[in-house]
Amino acid sequence: MHFIGDLFILFGAVFIFLGAVGLIRMPDVYNRIQVGTKGVTLGAIGILFGLFLIHPLWWSKLLVILGFTLLTSPVSSSAISRAFYRSGIKVWHKKEDDIKDSEGEVKVSDNKEKDS
Amino acid sequence: MKNSSSPYVVTFVICLLLWLLLTASFAADELISGVIISLVVSIISAPKMKILNGLRLHLGFFLGLLSYLWYFFMALIKANFDLAKRVVSKDMKLHPDVVEIKTTMQSDLGKLFLANSITLTPGTLTVDVVGDSLLVHWIDVPKNSDINTSTQLIVAKFEKYLKGFLK
Repeated sequence: MHFIGDLFILFGAVFIFLGAVGLIRMPDVYNRIQVGTKGVTLGAIGILFGLFLIHPLWWSKLLVILGFTLLTSPVSSSAISRAFYRSGIKVWHKKEDDIKDSEGEVKVSDNKEKDS
Repeated sequence: MKNSSSPYVVTFVICLLLWLLLTASFAADELISGVIISLVVSIISAPKMKILNGLRLHLGFFLGLLSYLWYFFMALIKANFDLAKRVVSKDMKLHPDVVEIKTTMQSDLGKLFLANSITLTPGTLTVDVVGDSLLVHWIDVPKNSDINTSTQLIVAKFEKYLKGFLK
């Protein structure tokens, strides 16, 4: 049981890591918020479930943590993105001629020019 | 809503449930103090909890809640694999835009749950809620989509499940 719990914690950590990678690679603030919210939420669920398998007696507190995470994390990301939307940050669009150069840096600098 | 006492009951049940989960014991003294505290909290706060009016208290409530939770977890896992694929692929397949969709949920609580569900499902993020329309940032908008098709694609299934226990 301990081993399976470890596997779930690893699973959660991988998704949090992917969320962090996406945070760096994505071109604009909305995409970054999306990646951050989803990756971290499933990562937290994985870690909490792994903890439950290792310490089954903690189930009630882990359930409370899970519930509050699921309720608050999307709300906060919506609030942040709403603030950005209201302050006039434009949505990043892919230009057709940008498809070939798929380097992250090029897109990011492109985006900054468009925003300013 | 059947009568005006149900906000008190719902608040009391939620408080007591939270108390039981946090203390994780059924010892008599803890149970009694939990009931007293929940009673005080619900009497003070229930008149201000207008958001709870969105709950549809009927027999199928827990069934609706459970089937929604199941569908939601499946969508969340799907969303994360979709996202993981995007993050590690080279061009990330991005066609993002902000689209507007219409919701038929009437209560604030229903809109809150719908917005949260949208945020945690594949490629969509709720940006703003105005009246009965939601602004959604969509990471991969299909070509030639209008308000009806995007409403269908994003919220139709969630609304079906949410209608089971919310207004």
